[in-house]
Amino acid sequence: MNGQPIRRWLDNRNALGILFMFPAAAILVVFLTYPLGLGVWLGFTDAKVGRGGEWIGIENYQWLWEDSVFRLSIFNTFLYTVVASVIKFGLGLWLALLLNRRLPFKSFLRAIVLLPFIVPTVLSAIAFWWIYDAQFSVVSWALVKLGVIDEYINFLGEPHLARASTIAANVWRGVPFVAICLLAGLQTISPTLYEAAAIDGATPWQQFRNVTLPMLSPIIAVVMTFSVLFTFTDFQLIWVLTRGGPINSTHLMATLSFQRAIPGGALGEGAAIATAMIPFLLAAILFSYFGLQRRRWQQGGRDS
Amino acid sequence: MADSEQREGMHYLESFPRRWVTVYIPLLLFLFFLLFPFYWMGLTAFKPNAELLSTEGNPFWVLEPTLQHFRKLFIDTSYPSWMWNTIIISVVSTFLSLAASVFAAYAIERLRFKGSHQLGLAIFLAYLVPPSILFIPLATMIFQLGVFDTRWALILTYPTFLIPFCTWLLMGYFRSIPFELEECALIDGATRWQILTRIVLPLAVPGLISAGIFAFTLSWNEFIYALTFISASENKTVPVGVITELVEGDVYHWGSLMAGALIGSLPVAVMYSFFVEYYVAGMTGAVKE
Repeated sequence: MNGQPIRRWLDNRNALGILFMFPAAAILVVFLTYPLGLGVWLGFTDAKVGRGGEWIGIENYQWLWEDSVFRLSIFNTFLYTVVASVIKFGLGLWLALLLNRRLPFKSFLRAIVLLPFIVPTVLSAIAFWWIYDAQFSVVSWALVKLGVIDEYINFLGEPHLARASTIAANVWRGVPFVAICLLAGLQTISPTLYEAAAIDGATPWQQFRNVTLPMLSPIIAVVMTFSVLFTFTDFQLIWVLTRGGPINSTHLMATLSFQRAIPGGALGEGAAIATAMIPFLLAAILFSYFGLQRRRWQQGGRDS
Repeated sequence: MADSEQREGMHYLESFPRRWVTVYIPLLLFLFFLLFPFYWMGLTAFKPNAELLSTEGNPFWVLEPTLQHFRKLFIDTSYPSWMWNTIIISVVSTFLSLAASVFAAYAIERLRFKGSHQLGLAIFLAYLVPPSILFIPLATMIFQLGVFDTRWALILTYPTFLIPFCTWLLMGYFRSIPFELEECALIDGATRWQILTRIVLPLAVPGLISAGIFAFTLSWNEFIYALTFISASENKTVPVGVITELVEGDVYHWGSLMAGALIGSLPVAVMYSFFVEYYVAGMTGAVKE
């Protein structure tokens, strides 16, 4: 009975727990926690591609603070995140409410609505790139034919238009995610609540305001935190559509960080820009955490 | 799902035209907005250049469909090897992550060892760390490890977002399996390993499928790591190859770009169409738990 001690050891919760956690924990510590710290450290160095950096304190941040492009990128990131998230929430909630009604081909509809979210962002961004083309844009073509405009619109060539166009593409990709998640939330609301409200004479608007929204608010908090997080750190869409142009008007912090660090070679400066995003992300995470707590509390413990 | 019928009782109150205005027309507009880029992508991929660049005629249809863009894609570029790279990297990193996640999720959710609650929270936080703040330090590590410009660079880094996601999702599934089943097995003298492989895993198969599908599409769609860690054309993945190799200076090969985007989207779209329910369960499960 040589295997007995090992077997008993394996039935010990703590020992077995450590053993089971090991593969995941090892990968995450090496490739997530360590680089997270390394990134913060790199932000305080003058590292370049191909040579390790010297500690230079907060010089990167001082330099960035004076850098108008960096300031513009912060402004752009907030504008992009706030506008896109508000629109995504509005349209997503509307679409979720529409899909929650009695409809023919309901599951089929739900399936195709989610398509924009599952297709690789870069590849759908290429389609938008072509839709936004200055010379051959189909949107311009249609508007000209309808007599709304005389000249083709330079969607990605003019700062304000470029911002609006990238936000529209981001909304296109994000709406299905918000809608399907909120739809899942809507489906957990008990019909008896609506019956009770109807008996009390509540109008559809009152039902929405006093039943749907309060019941949905915990999941709204979580979904929107995710949405804000993904939008705030977006890289792919901007990189494909504008690479931050025209005149840096669509540069987000993530794209600026990439541009300075990889093609530009200034790893330290790029890392400093990336690190500057962390406080904002932490704020979003705390928001999400309390959203989750509230959900638990509202539903009286864990839901299965 | 009885919940879908919840407001059925109210619907007879709505007259037919009103239902069109409040439900069907907005829904059709949504569908147009969400699906038009796909139609446009597909159409452009089959349009000959002469039609693409003419402002005459109806742009919403193609008169002489052609396969020239697909031919160019497969003969003049390394598209087949991009595809192959993407498949290998996605499959391997998905399986690695899934394997690691099963053990981690079981340990956190069911073994309840010391500190498991804090670890669960840490996993959730890890899930929220975006690649755009990790790619610079990871690039220096990848370089030092000597795997720069190889598939290993991506196979090793994709689990950083796959493991937290899969673990979080599987924790939810394991939670839904009754404790009593495990207790009975323990009383009957089963080891933890037997419990995991014979009782918990078979019951968690839907969760495993959800996590696997979702992880596969996440790795298929990944861009910033692939863009940073890969430089040789034949080592690229589809998203990176299409965007970096099909634009020569100011010459945009729109037809081939669209053909590349179309074919690159097909595998995830096909997979999604087979497992819609699992995918949706995975997505909503991740935000609900």
